[in-house]
Amino acid sequence: MPKPRGPLSEWVSARLATPVDGGHAPSADEWDDECIALWTLHEMSYRGFEDAADDAEWQPAMLGVRRELEVALEQRLRRRWPGASADVTDVPAALEALVTADDGPSLADHVRRRATTDEVLELFRQRSVYQLKEADPMTWVIPHLPTRAKAALVEVQYDEYGGGNPNRMHSHLFARGMVAVGLRAEYGAYVDDALPETLELNNALSMLGMHRRLRGAAVGHLAAFEMTSTLPSRKMVQGLDRLGLDGPMAAYFDEHVEADAIHELLAARDICGALAEDEPDQAAEILFGAFTCLDLEARLATALLTSWDAA
Amino acid sequence: MTARPEVEEFDHPDVVVVPHGPMLLRGATSVQGVDGTVHDVRRPVVALCRCDKSSRLPFCDGTHKVIPRR
Ligand code: FES
Ligand SMILES: [Fe+2]
Ligand SMILES: [Fe+2]
Repeated sequence: MPKPRGPLSEWVSARLATPVDGGHAPSADEWDDECIALWTLHEMSYRGFEDAADDAEWQPAMLGVRRELEVALEQRLRRRWPGASADVTDVPAALEALVTADDGPSLADHVRRRATTDEVLELFRQRSVYQLKEADPMTWVIPHLPTRAKAALVEVQYDEYGGGNPNRMHSHLFARGMVAVGLRAEYGAYVDDALPETLELNNALSMLGMHRRLRGAAVGHLAAFEMTSTLPSRKMVQGLDRLGLDGPMAAYFDEHVEADAIHELLAARDICGALAEDEPDQAAEILFGAFTCLDLEARLATALLTSWDAA
Repeated sequence: MTARPEVEEFDHPDVVVVPHGPMLLRGATSVQGVDGTVHDVRRPVVALCRCDKSSRLPFCDGTHKVIPRR
């Protein structure tokens, strides 16, 4: 399990290692502590940990803490959202407007033009927390959707998972890239280096994926992610070439130039658009999810660029 | 006799022309570009460039998003 970062994550790790009923979790002393605690709890529903008891995933005390942390996380995310205009009728157009208006700082621009090799490796360590399980959080959403949106999401996920070929699975392409640039590729290898911004981004995605109530926000997040991928992925390829890091990691981003040009259309039109038609009350939620994606990405970019004096 | 409930038949075209965007193609296994090169397709859906500005023709690379709309 990851290294605890405070009293709460300390308590969570101990209880996951040796489940006991009852007891009250201490409060987190910092945002960082809260983030790593929730990340660790969520991870029990993905691959788990060798040093955690498998049945702790569904332990009532653990679910209680997970719930409290998720409520707080959702409140933080909703507080940042300015809200959607009263009546969103054309969801794909509203998504496009939101993405076009986004002026968050760009890590890809920095990588293309100026980043040092160390900075790029730091970026990959941060990214690896998600990229080594790329697409997994969105798989939770499939059964939460009505027929048309569900079929479209499966179409996207099938491609993310390499069309059933493990060698073409995006998470696997990323793992190959990690090794090629001299980093570790085991699942969760760099969690202890993850910034709270990285963990918050991952926790939000897991929460949106797992909660049926949040299905609209989940697919909105997917759409915004895919809609902001092709051009930055191209810049990543150029930056990696500039640094002499062409090869499997550049191939990972190159794959996303082509794949996400398709995924962004399926996500905006056939997933989000169809969901909003079938369940009109999800329209605003879709935009909340899209905003959240851009916002979390911008906060991570700001944190990294600031630490490199490049903001 | 009681009427059977209607279960909808959805549109799911193999070719979708996206306004100001590429052409989505479902179920293709190979595509020939203008220079005659045949490209294998390994995805369930591909996007063929319609703006002619892609850096990886015949496929769309998202460039259409940054060129002014006609
Ligand atoms: S249609 Fe997308 S790049 Fe030409
Ligand atoms: Fe991907
Ligand atoms: Fe994608």
